[in-house]
Amino acid sequence: MPAMTKQRPKHLALHQIRLPLAGYASILHRVSGAGLFLMLPLLIWLLQLSLGSTQESAAMFSAITGNLLVKLILLGLLWAFLHHFCMGIRILLIDIHIGVEKEQAHASAVAVMVVSLALTLIFGLKLLGAY
Amino acid sequence: MNRLVVGAHYGLKDWLAQRITGVIMAVYTLLMFAAVLGGAAASREAWQAFMGNGFIRFISFLFIVSLCYHAWVGVRDIWMDYMNSAAVRVTLHVLTLLALVGYAGWAVQIIWRL
Repeated sequence: MPAMTKQRPKHLALHQIRLPLAGYASILHRVSGAGLFLMLPLLIWLLQLSLGSTQESAAMFSAITGNLLVKLILLGLLWAFLHHFCMGIRILLIDIHIGVEKEQAHASAVAVMVVSLALTLIFGLKLLGAY
Repeated sequence: MNRLVVGAHYGLKDWLAQRITGVIMAVYTLLMFAAVLGGAAASREAWQAFMGNGFIRFISFLFIVSLCYHAWVGVRDIWMDYMNSAAVRVTLHVLTLLALVGYAGWAVQIIWRL
């Protein structure tokens, strides 16, 4: 037994921890996945309304997707999906040993953030009816 | 090396399932994106005809199953990481599973009756 016994449980000072960007991108992968999971009922409901054969479902679909709060939620989910998608590809590439080195891993984390935000902007403007 | 053996397997199956379901969903996403660019969602009628196509229904079914399995592994990992009480964890696991099975049935019914 070592002379000094470790103090357990260990309490981490989360606000003092500085993560590399890849660390934040990784946490956001989890956050985005959790958000998508929580909002699945809304998404399935919208799918149902979009495929419904009645006039009521068509009207309901327009009313719901026209609501500003719903639009903001969908915008958030759009980012969540795109971040999760891009980060997932990064994870798959690292699995097959592409981009494992520190510089490359940082560069790919930057790429995930930039690409997912840029695509959110492009598709988000469409969602909000800007074009 | 001293290793504490705590179970029969270490999640390799889940790890692999997470990759396979992820790839299925990524491919589906790209196909759907291309289809929407090609006008599959140009109107309500076009969208419904597109989603009613046999092949699209087939891959949509694969997507739904993949999504639910993928979400099961991911959400379960979240509970395992943050919920220290076994009773709370098991309860959340069961609720997650029930929700996902229900969502899968709901979504499949939507695409299958077209």
